[in-house]
Amino acid sequence: MAGPTVALFATCVNDTMFPGTPDAVRRLLERLGCTVVFPRQQTCCGQMFTNTGYFDEAVPSVRTFVEAFDTFDYVVGPSGSCVGAVRHQHPMLARHAGDAGLERAVGELTPRVYDLSEFIVDVLGTVDVGAWFPHPVTYHPTCHSLRVAKVGDRPLRLLRAVEGIELRELPDAEQCCGFGGTFSLKNPDVSIAMATDKADHVVSTGAEFVVAGDNACLLNIGGVLGRRGDRARTIHLADVLVSTREQPTTASATTAGRAR
Amino acid sequence: MTTTNLGMPTRVRLTPAPPEGALIDSPPFPQAAIRELGKDTQRANLRHATHTIRTKRQRVVAELDHWQDLRSAGEAVKNRVARHLDTWLVQLEENLTRAGSTVHWARDAEEANRIIIDLIRATGSDEVVKVKSMATQEIDLNEALEEAGIAAWETDLAELIVQLGHDRPSHILVPAIHRNRTEVRDIFLEEMGRYGTPPPEGLDDDPGRLANAARAHLRDKFLRAKVAVSGANFAVAETGSLVVVESEGNGRMCLTLPQTLISVVGIEKVVPTFADLEVFLQLLPRSSTAERMNPYTTIWTGPTPGDGPQDVHVVLVDNGRTRALADPSGRAALRCIRCSACLNICPVFEKVGGHAYGSVYPGPIGAILNPQLRGVESAVDRSLPFASTLCGACDDVCPVKIPISDILVQQRHRIVEAKKAEAGRKPHLEPVLMKGGGWLMGDARRLALMQRAANVFGLVGGRTIGRIGNWPVPGLSRWLRARNVPMPPTASFRAQFDKTRGGQR
Repeated sequence: MAGPTVALFATCVNDTMFPGTPDAVRRLLERLGCTVVFPRQQTCCGQMFTNTGYFDEAVPSVRTFVEAFDTFDYVVGPSGSCVGAVRHQHPMLARHAGDAGLERAVGELTPRVYDLSEFIVDVLGTVDVGAWFPHPVTYHPTCHSLRVAKVGDRPLRLLRAVEGIELRELPDAEQCCGFGGTFSLKNPDVSIAMATDKADHVVSTGAEFVVAGDNACLLNIGGVLGRRGDRARTIHLADVLVSTREQPTTASATTAGRAR
Repeated sequence: MTTTNLGMPTRVRLTPAPPEGALIDSPPFPQAAIRELGKDTQRANLRHATHTIRTKRQRVVAELDHWQDLRSAGEAVKNRVARHLDTWLVQLEENLTRAGSTVHWARDAEEANRIIIDLIRATGSDEVVKVKSMATQEIDLNEALEEAGIAAWETDLAELIVQLGHDRPSHILVPAIHRNRTEVRDIFLEEMGRYGTPPPEGLDDDPGRLANAARAHLRDKFLRAKVAVSGANFAVAETGSLVVVESEGNGRMCLTLPQTLISVVGIEKVVPTFADLEVFLQLLPRSSTAERMNPYTTIWTGPTPGDGPQDVHVVLVDNGRTRALADPSGRAALRCIRCSACLNICPVFEKVGGHAYGSVYPGPIGAILNPQLRGVESAVDRSLPFASTLCGACDDVCPVKIPISDILVQQRHRIVEAKKAEAGRKPHLEPVLMKGGGWLMGDARRLALMQRAANVFGLVGGRTIGRIGNWPVPGLSRWLRARNVPMPPTASFRAQFDKTRGGQR
């Protein structure tokens, strides 16, 4: 039986900086029987503008999001943060724009937008995606996946089903890594202090990889790990789940692999 | 007694002088944070204290199956208060008066301080004992009294430590959270004797002996004072009762021993009925001190003949609250019951402590409350809503479900609008950059063009350098000084997808 057609919401950060991750999502979902399309009108969730207080500047992103995705039943993105921003902030931004048509379109679209882990567990109805990743890893539940998208323990359930994986508990796992978008530029010293804590906790597990569902957070954590020359590397959940015996994900293919 | 040189004729102070300067003139958060981050002992103290209280809170909250229902109830009661604040306040005034209390209304801090000074002067007293109160900190009552020749003695142990230490509170609930017990011992030895009963000789940093030194120091003041000043955690409209919730019993001493009791109460503290306390007396102790029940809850309904204060006053203070109430996107902040759970859970607060916030209300709640109460004119108030990663940990612990992260974003918007309105008069680069970014993201073709440029950079850089290191790029060096960044890829995802799939749709 053919799986559903999925519109891949790459997110601007992945599209521009980490194309390997949306490509891993594509390969993973195709392996699970889905048809994956990439609507070309897509740009960004607008979160950077919204969260810095620039609502007017975020509205064009809301419009492009609706134009790109409104005809699809399933919109899937590898980012709890961007998916969370779409679901939680787009309705407010559409109201702010004073555009009733946009508000209605956003209201109809947002329930069909899923984080990757939600789509696999809730829509495809599986936690075992047939992955093989024989490495010690620790999982960082990113703030927005946990508290905005509210993906719960879905990523952990997916990871536990990965063959060969050794999952180690991250101390203070639910504490923010200090990225916070433009926070890291407006309050660089506090941000670095927080990122250093997170990196220390990752290192304390002795894991080879820290896994998360958001590459922006991993850019922050991996940046510190890479600068310090720590052994631990960062990897997106999608890159773990797509890995198989036949086509294993290697360290050099991961995000931090390139940050050293 | 110490003297302070204010550049004018030297005036003898009655109480220890706090640090000079007004809080509103504090440096913006990022600058203050750098200052605070440099204090190693304080960072260790904060880390220890916040992690301890977080764990305890989590444990006592987990004991209640209906915790989420309690939070919803607290939210609902406070929303009901806000919806009909005018009704409840009039009812409160009627019932306070009926019970024999005298009600005063103050629009702002200045008016409140004037009322309080007049009331104290009428008693002929030149000193007061104080119950720990955020409202009196907010209106800077102690310094107003000092200038009026009235000595205000803090009796909450932590407030006493702060006062004797010529310091400012750094936390709503535990204002001396930034101090450890060795520092407390040093402050007691240095300062206590100047303002009353000295500490015993050879005082060490044993918590029990430190508490005993404070007890002996305060005892004289309790027995001597004719006037007490308090705040209130709740004001019950239905009965005209005020409620103070505390741990030490020092508040109870102030509330029962003196002849005159003056309570300073923010107008949002009103609750409609006595039964509403049932909700808050469960929510507050578990969220603040992580106790099932606080040791002392004092409720008084006007004076009781022959028992306790006979002259009972209540000063109801607005000081920006009605302005906050008028803003639908921010008024939920008025639900705050000053528990401090948001401070304790906040990873930013944990790093910098309360002094970085330039306000009596630090942490996440301060970041949304101050710009609403004080406005967005000062540099510090403009910086506070940005003093958060928007991680949302505070949203989850708030006992009255204030959507702190959402309000932070709304307050950021308000500050951005204020900056935009200044365009032409003050140079602001950020709005220009954001406008460009918004335009870029308004059309995928523009984004694709930008990505091409990044790809060229990635192609050249990837071959020659490999990654972006500690480069002195203006602005970006804030990020790069601690983190490596990978080179951009040689092709964006959209370009790759086009190649492999011919592009869909």
